[in-house]
Amino acid sequence: MTNAALKTDLLEVNLGPQHPSTHGVFQMTVVLDGETIVSLKPVLGYLHRNHEQICEDVSYIGCFPYTDRLDYFCAMTNNFGLAVAIEQLGGIEVPERAQYLRVILAELTRLVNHTAVTGFLLNDMGAFGTPLLYAFREREKILDLFEMASGSRMMCNYIRPGGVREDVPDGFVGRAQEIVAAYPRFLDEMETLLTENEIIRQRTQGVGVLPKALAVNAGITGPMLRASGVDYDLRKVDGYGVYPRMRFKVPLGTVGDVYDRYYVRVLEMRESLKILEQALKELPKTGPALSAKGQLIGRSPRTFRPPKGDAYGRIESPKGELGFYLVSDGSPQPYRYHVRAPSFINLTVLEDMCRGQKVADAIIILGSVDIVMGEVDR
Amino acid sequence: MLDQLFVHATRGLLTLPGRMLPPALNAWVGLLLPIAAIAALAPAVMMYLTWLERKIIARMQNRLGPNRVGLFGLTQPLADGVKMLIKEDIVPAGADRLLHVIAPVTALLPAILLFAVLPVGRNMAAVDLNVGALYILAVSSISSLAVFMGGWASRNKFSVLGAMRAVAQIISYEVPSVLSVVAVIMVTGSLSLVAVVNAQAEGWFIATPWGAVAALTFFLSGIAEVNRTPFDMPEAESELVAGFHTEYSGMKFALWYMAEFLEAFAVCAFTTTLFLGGWQGPAWPVWPWCLAAALVLASARTLAGPLRLLGLLGCAWAAVALRSEVVPSWAWFLLKTYALVFVLVWLRGTFPRLRADQLMGFAWKFLLPLALVNIIAAGCWSVWPGLRGSLIALGLLVGSAWALIRVNAPASEQRRTYVLVE
Amino acid sequence: MIGVGVLKGMAVTLRQFVGTYPAGRVLLKALHLPEGNGIFTISYPETKQQHAERFRYFPFLVYDATPDNLRCVACRICEQECPPQCIHITMAKDEQNRPLKANGRTFPAQFDIDVSICMSCRICVDVCPFEAIEMDNRHEIATHARGPELLFDKTELLRSAEYFQQIKPTEAAVVNQRLVAKAAKSQPPKPAAASTPPAA
Repeated sequence: MTNAALKTDLLEVNLGPQHPSTHGVFQMTVVLDGETIVSLKPVLGYLHRNHEQICEDVSYIGCFPYTDRLDYFCAMTNNFGLAVAIEQLGGIEVPERAQYLRVILAELTRLVNHTAVTGFLLNDMGAFGTPLLYAFREREKILDLFEMASGSRMMCNYIRPGGVREDVPDGFVGRAQEIVAAYPRFLDEMETLLTENEIIRQRTQGVGVLPKALAVNAGITGPMLRASGVDYDLRKVDGYGVYPRMRFKVPLGTVGDVYDRYYVRVLEMRESLKILEQALKELPKTGPALSAKGQLIGRSPRTFRPPKGDAYGRIESPKGELGFYLVSDGSPQPYRYHVRAPSFINLTVLEDMCRGQKVADAIIILGSVDIVMGEVDR
Repeated sequence: MLDQLFVHATRGLLTLPGRMLPPALNAWVGLLLPIAAIAALAPAVMMYLTWLERKIIARMQNRLGPNRVGLFGLTQPLADGVKMLIKEDIVPAGADRLLHVIAPVTALLPAILLFAVLPVGRNMAAVDLNVGALYILAVSSISSLAVFMGGWASRNKFSVLGAMRAVAQIISYEVPSVLSVVAVIMVTGSLSLVAVVNAQAEGWFIATPWGAVAALTFFLSGIAEVNRTPFDMPEAESELVAGFHTEYSGMKFALWYMAEFLEAFAVCAFTTTLFLGGWQGPAWPVWPWCLAAALVLASARTLAGPLRLLGLLGCAWAAVALRSEVVPSWAWFLLKTYALVFVLVWLRGTFPRLRADQLMGFAWKFLLPLALVNIIAAGCWSVWPGLRGSLIALGLLVGSAWALIRVNAPASEQRRTYVLVE
Repeated sequence: MIGVGVLKGMAVTLRQFVGTYPAGRVLLKALHLPEGNGIFTISYPETKQQHAERFRYFPFLVYDATPDNLRCVACRICEQECPPQCIHITMAKDEQNRPLKANGRTFPAQFDIDVSICMSCRICVDVCPFEAIEMDNRHEIATHARGPELLFDKTELLRSAEYFQQIKPTEAAVVNQRLVAKAAKSQPPKPAAASTPPAA
């Protein structure tokens, strides 16, 4: 019997903004035919905080604490992105040691983000918090490291134009090496728990497929793009910082479904560990962590008046290409400040991935996109 | 002595009013006593199940779990109960008030009624109903009605979706559940649960090929019927907020929870009764030896892993095959039931849930055919007693299970290779 | 083989469960299984987390020796640079609107930090030329309301230099070094130091 004969109605359901698994205040207006999704409309803006406008009213240094709050899982990479943009704008050199520290912190952030995302994805699938808590257990250790360096676990405000705010304390490298050495064991355990699990395979394989062409056309970046099989990693493409000196590989998926997105992240974590091992070994023992100009900017932010012009600084954040576009009119504040937020742009293909899937799939597809509403709504 | 403690206590209590009351009233007292016991124990069991679940899952997640209220958080359930009682009772605007109120009650009643026929120990069933097995199947299926009632009466889309899933799921899983009980009834020749337990005096049913499969199907479909992970579709938190009980608060919400936990406990209790020998324990002289042998095997480092596992299974089988008189029968029963409760919580602590359609597929494409084959296997086993029957049953089951797995293996279930460029 | 992955997953959680008990750890060791991670959480009010030395929460004002000997000269640089603008300073002045001085320095009559707005970014510390403001690590300041209770005034913000030394020895050493160097620089021409106007 067809649906027409049964005279069934379509059901419109609002998932969010207050919903356990929309990763914050995100709303999806879903039209359901039974359990199948007919259409899905994302509704954004519940967490809009006027980020860009606020940053046009404070000094360049004053923007940094606000970037911590963009994607609050990856404060370090957010700082890094803005620092790269400001360095381009003001022509600031970065000392060698700072370059290495930045790479170390960025890769640690990638571990934090990918670990947490895997945990959240499993929570979206309905696990009773166990993978999430394992993920958070490991994340805590890295956050301790961030606290050691910057004084704050999540809102680091640590990477500055010209280097990092202050050099890392004694013992940082040793602690980091311990964590890096112990991490593969956790990844193995996580994989035993998840990768081969039949329930997870059934739930994720073939679900939410993002075709290669669509991914490229929609401007998707990060692990999501690589899961669809496109080899594009800014660490390789731009080769910013000391990444060209690091030996690491870029994992690529084949299908582009939720499972690929999960597994590409796991593989990326393993590659990050390789980078971390190298960077921690090669980190110059001495040398400044902040250039002289950087110190000057830090102590008196209003003296920093970059020449008129614009700059676009981008890095490979754990979620994708994080770009900061700055326009300077010669004043201490940016004239225009724009964030290219990877979660926001990756979210644009949500409906294409969800259409025709079940409502339960929509949740895990959203989970696999890896969004943080702080970055999406800004 | 300890074994029949509660039986004697009941008899003593009954003789006391028996001296004073007319005989007609005495019969009523005899009826009311077990009812009172069940009605009093049911909430207590439920409360400590929540505590147990939180503790076990917390430990699995490297946490301590509730430890603030009382020693080891033992009075946490009481605090939760008080909290539930003093919470505002909300009925959503536009909801069907009457149905909204009676739905949780309708869910709880059958959950308590189930315990009436449960043989908790030797001579310790409240009622030895001669259609006990039929009774539990009939009573437990009332809960689907309550779930739909509650979901529909809430006037909430999430609730309705949850309720629809619940009804589909409970009805689907009822079938393999009934069919696995059929095998037991065939072998014992009685619908009475007391008779089923007595029939396992020689050896628990789970130690037979058909019994193991029936226990698995019964337990799995039982988990699905009481909506627990990995089959907790109707209240899938990540999708449907809380499913059919989204709009419930306060004590009515507590009633839903109580019903769910009691049914989960009942599933474990009935699996114990039907397949794990009920209150029968392994024989005294044998099981310590089995335990010792198992420990030696477990710590034997030179042996290969699979060999050690086989040895352990052998020890377990030997322990199961015989029974003990030393430990009271009700203690055996509770031990086994709580072991199953642990498995239930363990599953919840480990797995994400299946999707609604995959869940249905599992019931209709895997459990149902397996349960049907199992009936034939049980027939073979009882027609040809001894090793021959066992082997035929085993062959049948292993073959069909393998075939079912092959047929059901989804196309997407594949190992993938990932390219690492540069 | 279907089911193996499921069982492997169950083994992981069981191992973690067993590993949280001391006896369980012994058992795991005896069976040559990898150890679990044990209890990872801390029982908060009884045991407290050891924070890193650099751990920062809200700023405080440093005074030397006595509370009226503030390092702060009410120059209002931090007020200007504070991104969320949670600092409010008024310089102590007499009736003629001339700055009052104590210990040869101007000082704030009012120094408020609204910690419900403060985002602990540490920019005020970085920009202060007088090392007068530092980050505290006292974080148990929860209140029932977010009005006046979270608006810290001068008296609530005052902490001694010894306190700073105590909570952040490394950082305090660096700061002291800087102060000494500065004093040495401004010491020789004695009258000049006195006439140096407080940074505007």
